[in-house]
Amino acid sequence: MSVLVYTESDNGSFKKNALEVASYASEVAKQLGTTATAISINSNENKTLGTYGISKVLNVSNDQLNTFNAKAYAHAIIEAAKSEDAKIIIVSSSSDTKFLAPIVSAKLGAGYVSNVVAAPDSTSPFTVKRTAFSNKGFAHTQINTAIKIVGVSYNSFGLVENNTSVSVEDFNPVLEDADFSTKSVEIDKVTGKVTIADADIVVSGGRGLKGPENWGMVEELAEVLGAATACSKPVSDMGWRPHSEHVGQTGKPVASNLYVAIGISGAIQHLAGVSASKTKVVINTDPEAPFFKAADYGIVGDAFEVVPKLIEKLKEFKAQNA
Amino acid sequence: MKILVCISNVPDTTSKINFTDGDTKFDTNGVQFVINPNDEFGLTRAMWFKEKQGATVHVASVGGITAEPTIRKALAIGADEAIRVNAEPTDGYFVAQQLAEVVKNGGYDLVIAGRESLDYNGGMVPGILATLLDMNFVNTCIELEIDGNNATATREIDGGKEKLATTLPLVIGGQKGLVAESDLRIPNMRGIMMARKKVLNVIEPIDATVATKDVKFDKPAPKGAVKLIDAANVEELVNLLHNEAKVI
Repeated sequence: MSVLVYTESDNGSFKKNALEVASYASEVAKQLGTTATAISINSNENKTLGTYGISKVLNVSNDQLNTFNAKAYAHAIIEAAKSEDAKIIIVSSSSDTKFLAPIVSAKLGAGYVSNVVAAPDSTSPFTVKRTAFSNKGFAHTQINTAIKIVGVSYNSFGLVENNTSVSVEDFNPVLEDADFSTKSVEIDKVTGKVTIADADIVVSGGRGLKGPENWGMVEELAEVLGAATACSKPVSDMGWRPHSEHVGQTGKPVASNLYVAIGISGAIQHLAGVSASKTKVVINTDPEAPFFKAADYGIVGDAFEVVPKLIEKLKEFKAQNA
Repeated sequence: MKILVCISNVPDTTSKINFTDGDTKFDTNGVQFVINPNDEFGLTRAMWFKEKQGATVHVASVGGITAEPTIRKALAIGADEAIRVNAEPTDGYFVAQQLAEVVKNGGYDLVIAGRESLDYNGGMVPGILATLLDMNFVNTCIELEIDGNNATATREIDGGKEKLATTLPLVIGGQKGLVAESDLRIPNMRGIMMARKKVLNVIEPIDATVATKDVKFDKPAPKGAVKLIDAANVEELVNLLHNEAKVI
């Protein structure tokens, strides 16, 4: 048996989370005294996985799978798990993967634990640490089924290089018409902009910005930092920004290296959603805003004065460190 | 069309979270429970189908008797009938199997469950349920239209959205967007009175696999004090982010 990992790609290139889950799979394989095999779908970069400890790649090239389809992708992963006799399957926490993982779980009768934030506590019994209660706590969860699925949280394990000689084999799972009973009609995706899920840095605005017309400086700050833009719940509820930017308990979780909150007071639901970020900066006029208790760095001041200055200083910094 | 909305009974989103019994259990002391927000968006969308398309709406929940006020609230919002599977919802795989049995016996065309519950955040119940029953499935769904046997469902993806075409029977992993926050309904007195008379069937769980067990909980390490930087000295923040936090 080996540890199987599903390494996600987009237009032939691996996503950042693919290299992170590969690193994680390699660590689990090491703990179990076995090797890690990846399944990749329509990727042109399979050899890269050797850098992160993968010794074998099952390479699926199939035009039917050019557009993500949860059931069909799940089917491919299930076939790979059977062919490898894998008892541990490692996946990411992307939207697509959270769509397919429960399907794999039900088909294989495999216990699935999502939002895992660290290497296993122990491999026998197999126990992992995951976030629960919307990041207000952690659970140490034991998986008791013969096959186990671990969904690794973004930016929690990191990339760990472990140069390994990698072989790439073609793998052709037989898909069925039933796998395509749900069809993609239209994809509406922001291109050329980093997504909240993939971002190292997220810049987020709240009600303190007073209106959607003031988002120019948020966008500009994000651009200087190479960051994704996000917003608080009231801002998306009022329609100032699209719902896809809403971060917090009922929106998207954020696990970036740096989270900058501008004019966000820090409701408990918001803080829960962003707490996995490693460094948090808050800019707010109200020194009593709860966010100051959750942040690493804070500036008490008017965003309309502080943010333009910050943009200017960051530009100078970038120019000096270019 | 017969719709089943699956609801979880979860701590209110403002709750402080504590653990008890040597950190092996969630401490429910002083915690207010509500319909899981992701489920409530689905329930509200189901009410729309009831009012505009004549659908019948049932709700189901796996939980002990303490979940009944939350189930009654769903009835007060307008669901026609409720089912409670009398078991503690400790494992998503177990819960999905219980709900699959309810769906099989009830002959539902559409099942709406939240994309995840805001307590244990497993995010697996809708997908496992759909797969066990061989029904179509759309996760993180933010728009849903049903026309006869055809469904158009839009799901949130990283960085955007995707519209999908599929058919009933269908399971939806729902969230905010199915309806807007402002569309959520607060039960009125008439709804609450009527809910008391509506059917709430309690059924015993079937034998099912328990795939996982939470053996211990802990809380995030307490945060150190914030480092305040003078608004006139923004340069210092850039310096700290580069040299101390090493994030830029």
